[in-house]
Amino acid sequence: MPEIQSYTLNFGPQHPAAHGVLRLVLEMEGEVIQRADPHIGLLHRATEKLAESKPFNQSIGYMDRLDYVSMMANEHGYVLAIEKLLGVEVPIRAQYIRVMFDEITRILNHLMWLGAHGLDIGAMTMFLYCFREREDLMDCYEAVSGTRMHATYYRPGGVYRDLPETMPKYQESKFRSKKEIDRLNASREGSLLDFIEAFTDKFPACVDEYETLLTDNRIWKQRTVNIAVVSPERALQLGFSGPMLRGSGIEWDLRKKQPYEVYDRVDFDIPVGVNGDCYDRYLVRVEELRQSNRIIRQCIEWLRENPGPVIADDHKIVPPDRVEMKDDMESLIHHFKLFTEGYSVPAGEAYAAVEHPKGEFGVYIVSDGANKPYRVKVRAPGFAHLSAMSEMVEGHMLADVVAVIGTQDIVFGEVDR
Amino acid sequence: MTESNETLAARIKERFDTRMTRVDSRCGELTYELDREDLSEIAAALKEDPDFAFDTLMDVCGLDYLTYGADEWNTEGATDTGFSRGVERKPVILDEAEAFDPRRFAVVYHLLSVAKNARLRLRVFAGADNPPIVDSVVPIWSSANWFEREAFDLFGILFEGHPDLRRILTDYGFIGHPFRKDFPLTGNVEVAYDPEQGRVAYQPVSIEPRTLVPKVIRDDNRYSADLKDGSNA
Repeated sequence: MPEIQSYTLNFGPQHPAAHGVLRLVLEMEGEVIQRADPHIGLLHRATEKLAESKPFNQSIGYMDRLDYVSMMANEHGYVLAIEKLLGVEVPIRAQYIRVMFDEITRILNHLMWLGAHGLDIGAMTMFLYCFREREDLMDCYEAVSGTRMHATYYRPGGVYRDLPETMPKYQESKFRSKKEIDRLNASREGSLLDFIEAFTDKFPACVDEYETLLTDNRIWKQRTVNIAVVSPERALQLGFSGPMLRGSGIEWDLRKKQPYEVYDRVDFDIPVGVNGDCYDRYLVRVEELRQSNRIIRQCIEWLRENPGPVIADDHKIVPPDRVEMKDDMESLIHHFKLFTEGYSVPAGEAYAAVEHPKGEFGVYIVSDGANKPYRVKVRAPGFAHLSAMSEMVEGHMLADVVAVIGTQDIVFGEVDR
Repeated sequence: MTESNETLAARIKERFDTRMTRVDSRCGELTYELDREDLSEIAAALKEDPDFAFDTLMDVCGLDYLTYGADEWNTEGATDTGFSRGVERKPVILDEAEAFDPRRFAVVYHLLSVAKNARLRLRVFAGADNPPIVDSVVPIWSSANWFEREAFDLFGILFEGHPDLRRILTDYGFIGHPFRKDFPLTGNVEVAYDPEQGRVAYQPVSIEPRTLVPKVIRDDNRYSADLKDGSNA
């Protein structure tokens, strides 16, 4: 009788380390992985097909729900593609607001990643620390759009509204003492910009704190150094982008190389890894936290000094002001047309890519001149990264699969779409 | 971008001449159409030739041109029948057609050159065969693997030479190709718990198809070339 060499292990789809609904079929020999076959699609909602049946603006909200930990970055890719087709000019203030919120989103995403990745491979404290800071940034989302997560804040032509002058405050309740409330509200007395500035003042110290816990930590290094090494050639071949590509030592960042919005006016550096292992990708992302903080500070400075419009003036695309509608027939007509039929986008095709926290997030829109897109294709960075899963875990132990899922920063909303 | 699109276009013209047809773009993007017989050879050349160096395949996207340019509302004149809601009720589960319009199914490739900082889009029509078929580019770019599986799953386009062409996003045992334009938005089946069988079972979908906003194509004067620089632009 032949001796049984390998066996198959089913991992997920309900598994706390699967970061959502990933089903992995692992071919193992003892505890060593021979081959991994990820089964995806358990969260497939046909976002792209749904977008084909709706006027352009109604799909912005769907974009939030793709990568649901970096909402505004997804919206950005989508509105950029529409703007490219329409040829609309976005006011400079809106561009700065977008850049600022893109970077806030990047911090949100990387904090979520760091917390979850840490938790997966045994650093419980990280999760608590990261979520503490995330809370403040969620409040920024809420102040500007009314929702903590699915903002629908970016619109073709600019952003929905200007930054608010006041921050919502905590109110007294039987669960919180007066002293506690005062502490929580201390940074909320001024405008949103003051609140974000207070955050950027304290955030570098928080990153130092994370680094004290992890960077030289023996267990952390044992779990990440030399795990899932990807050479630069393979990284390109596998379609990697973002921190996954930079971790392998390729200096490629769309914000620098193909700048959109005002990224060419702000000062920041691109961190690059050396070995292409999980540890280097960790270092790259932690440095990105610091760089994002730097960009946000520059945006705050500019936004304070330069008031102005935040959305284009073209009422064929952008709804008019409500006050205007009260006594202007033309505005009323524009409003009615925009909210019933939407705007028609000239026939053509456009691909717009943004440097999403996870990599290159591209949106390809084909329009046939109608008020709905003919085809929307979302190029999700996580999809390409997950397709390399088998190659990355081959020859590693079962416990390292969790480290690789963590380092790829997988979110199923965007992989399955 | 360090190299302008026009120099790249000139070099492509010199190297491939009529085998790649340039498509006009209003957004300043480079798009080429090519025959499916030429795909493998040209793709390999675009990757290997240091003049082009398209080292990354960013995206592969299936496209179904079945209803391209067809609107649901007549916007040219008045109607004597009134406007429909644009609801269609002709679901197609499996298309048994002998042949398709050769320009119905297309595959679009988005290439990126990290070395030269350039982008390029290729479009290949999948021909009249049923099922439509195109050569796989997995031997050239590994990243094509899952993207091609996705295009196969959603559009039913076959990729010849693909190492592992299975469905990827739809359910195990799914029938049909959901992103084709003749596949209904609500789908054909739904799942519900069947108390008699004591398990979750498939049944025909109970949702009525509906269109909230009909598709309208308007010839908007703002975009016509001769009016673009006019005073009312």
